[in-house]
Amino acid sequence: MTAEALKTPVVAQPSAPPHPLLQFWSDFTANFGAVAGLAVIVVLVLLALLADVVAPHSPILTNNAAFLKPPFWQQGGSMAYPLGTDAIGRDILSRLIHGARLSLLIGIAVVTLSVVTGTILGLIAGFFRGVIEIAIMRLMDITLTLPSLLLAIVIVAILGPGLMNAMLAVAIVLLPHYVRIARAAVISEVSKDYVVAARVAGAGRLRLMFKEVLPNCAAPLIVQATLGISTAILDAAALGFLGLGAQPPLPEWGTMLADAREFVLRAWWVVTLPGLAILMTVLAFNLLGDGLRDALDPKLKR
Amino acid sequence: MLRFIFTRLSLVVPTFIGITLLVFVLIRLIPGDPIETMAGERGIDPARHAQLRKDYGFDQPVLVQYGLYLSRLVHGDLGRSIVTHEPVISEFGTLFPATIELSVCAILFALCLGLPAGIIAAVRRNSIFDHGVMGVSLTGYSMPIFWWGLLLILLFSVQLGWTPVSGRIAVQYYIEPVTGFLLIDALLAGDFGAFRSALSHLVLPMIVLGTVPLAVIARMTRSAMLEVLGEDYIRTARAKGVPRWRVIAIHALRNALIPVVTVIGLQVGVLFTGAILTETIFSWPGVGKWLIEGINRRDYPVLQGGTLLIGAIVMIVNLLVDVAYGLINPRIRYTR
Repeated sequence: MTAEALKTPVVAQPSAPPHPLLQFWSDFTANFGAVAGLAVIVVLVLLALLADVVAPHSPILTNNAAFLKPPFWQQGGSMAYPLGTDAIGRDILSRLIHGARLSLLIGIAVVTLSVVTGTILGLIAGFFRGVIEIAIMRLMDITLTLPSLLLAIVIVAILGPGLMNAMLAVAIVLLPHYVRIARAAVISEVSKDYVVAARVAGAGRLRLMFKEVLPNCAAPLIVQATLGISTAILDAAALGFLGLGAQPPLPEWGTMLADAREFVLRAWWVVTLPGLAILMTVLAFNLLGDGLRDALDPKLKR
Repeated sequence: MLRFIFTRLSLVVPTFIGITLLVFVLIRLIPGDPIETMAGERGIDPARHAQLRKDYGFDQPVLVQYGLYLSRLVHGDLGRSIVTHEPVISEFGTLFPATIELSVCAILFALCLGLPAGIIAAVRRNSIFDHGVMGVSLTGYSMPIFWWGLLLILLFSVQLGWTPVSGRIAVQYYIEPVTGFLLIDALLAGDFGAFRSALSHLVLPMIVLGTVPLAVIARMTRSAMLEVLGEDYIRTARAKGVPRWRVIAIHALRNALIPVVTVIGLQVGVLFTGAILTETIFSWPGVGKWLIEGINRRDYPVLQGGTLLIGAIVMIVNLLVDVAYGLINPRIRYTR
C-alpha cells in the first residue's frame, strides 16, 4: 500500500446530497409508466410541430374517388391512405396528426388559462382571507357542485358552440381545483418562518405572494396542471362529440368521432382511430402526472 | 350529531342560492330577446310581445325578475319547455327514473368489480394481478366514454348481435310505469320477456357509465387497503392466529371502506357527466339526453331548469354522504 492510498479516509464520507433536479429525475425515471407517458407525449409534440411535413395529405382535402377507403392492410385499402379515408374522402392519418396539434394546443391553452387565473385567485383568497376569501371560495364551491360537463355545456350554450368557447368553458370548469390547491398551500406557507422573516425584512404583499410563497407551493400545482391537461383534452373532445366544441371541418378528435358515428356499421376505422388517439394522449398525460406526483411529493418518497 | 348536520346544512343553503343565481344570470346572458326565442321562427306581433313581456316580468328590473324567479321556484314552477310546452319539472320527473336506473346499475357494476379487484390487488401487492388492475384502471380512468360506448356497440351489437343498439326496451313491450324503473316494473308485471329485453338494453350503457367509477373505486380500494394492512392491529390479529381471509375481509376491509364510501358519494357528479354522454350514444331516454336535445333546440327553460335540478340533486346527495360519513366515523363529526 502506498502512502497515497493511506491518506484516503477508510470511512466513506457521507456523499453530498444529489442536486434536487437530479434526485427528481432519478425518482421520475424509476417509474416505468411515467417514462412511457413522457415518451408518448414527446412523439405527439413532434407530430404536432411537424404536422405539415409528416402528414401525407391535407387534413381537409376531400377526394371524391376515395370515400370510406379501409386502412392499407384490409381488402381495398392502399398505401396512399394508410389509415383509410372518412365519409367524404379525407385522409384519416393526416386528420389524426393535425388533430394532435389541436388537442395539445387545447390542453395546454386551457390549463395555462386555468392555472394562471386559479393561482392568482387562490393566492388572493389565501392572503387576504375575510370576505374576499369567502366570496371566491363560495363561487368555486358552486362551480364544483355542478357536474363538470353540464357546466361546460351551459357555458357553451350561452357563448355559442365553437372551439374557443369550448376551451373557455373547460378552463372555467377546471378552475376550482387550482384555486383550492393554491389557497391551501398559501395558508400553510404563510405562517412559516421564512415568510415572516421576509415580511419583517420589508417585503411587500406582491413580493411575498409571488417571490416567496408561490415557488414553495408549485409542486402540487404542477402535478394538478399535468393531470388537468388530460381532463381538458377529454372534456374538449366530449364537447366536440356533442357538437358543441370544435366545428367541422376542423380535425379535432372528438368532432371526428361525432362525424363518424353514423358509419359505425360500415367503417370501423373512422370510429376506432380518433378515439384511440384520445385515449392514448389522455393516458400518457395521466401517467406523466402520476409519475410527477410520486417524484415531487416528499411524503410519498420511500 | 344534530349540530354537525346543522353546520352542513348551513353550508348547503348558500350554495343552493348561489346555483339559482348562477343559472339565472347565465340564462340572462344568452344574447337575444327571450320572448322572440320562445316564439321561434314564426315570429310574434308587437302587442302579444308586450303582453308576454309583462306576463313573464321581463319589463321589471333584473333584481325583481330574480325575486320572481325564486318565488316561482319555491312553488315548483321551473317554466315550460319552448318545444313541448310541458312544465320542465314534470318532463324531468318522467325522465329522471331512467337516469337513476342506469346510474344505480352502473355503480353496482363498478362496485361488484372494483371492490374485489382493489382488495386482491392490495393483498397481492406488486404481483402481475396488481399491475394489471392498476393498468386497466388507469386506462378506464382515461377513457373517452363516448368512444368506449361506440366501440362496445361495434363489437357486441354489430359484430356479435348480442345486444340492441339503442333505447331502453324493445317496442313490442309496454310496461305500465309503477316505479319508473323498467326492470322493477317488468318484474312487478310478471313479464319476463320485457324484463329480459330491458336488461339486454341496459347492459352496454351500464358498462360504459360504470367504467370511470369502476376505475376510481378499484384504485381507491387498493390504496385504502394497503394503508390499513400496514397497521399494527392487523399484525396483532394475524399473530393471534386469525385466519388470513378473516383478517382481510373483516378486520381490514371494514376500515378500508370508509374512504371508499366517500369516493362513491363523490361519483354522483361524475355519473351525471357520464350520463349525458352515455344517454346520447345509446338514445337512453333520460335527463342527460333530454338536456342535450334541449340545447340543440335552443330550449332554454329546459337547460335552466334541468341544470338547477341536477345541481340540487348532486348537492343533496353530497350532503347525505357527508352526514352518513359522520355517522360511520365519529372522528369526523367531532373534529369539524
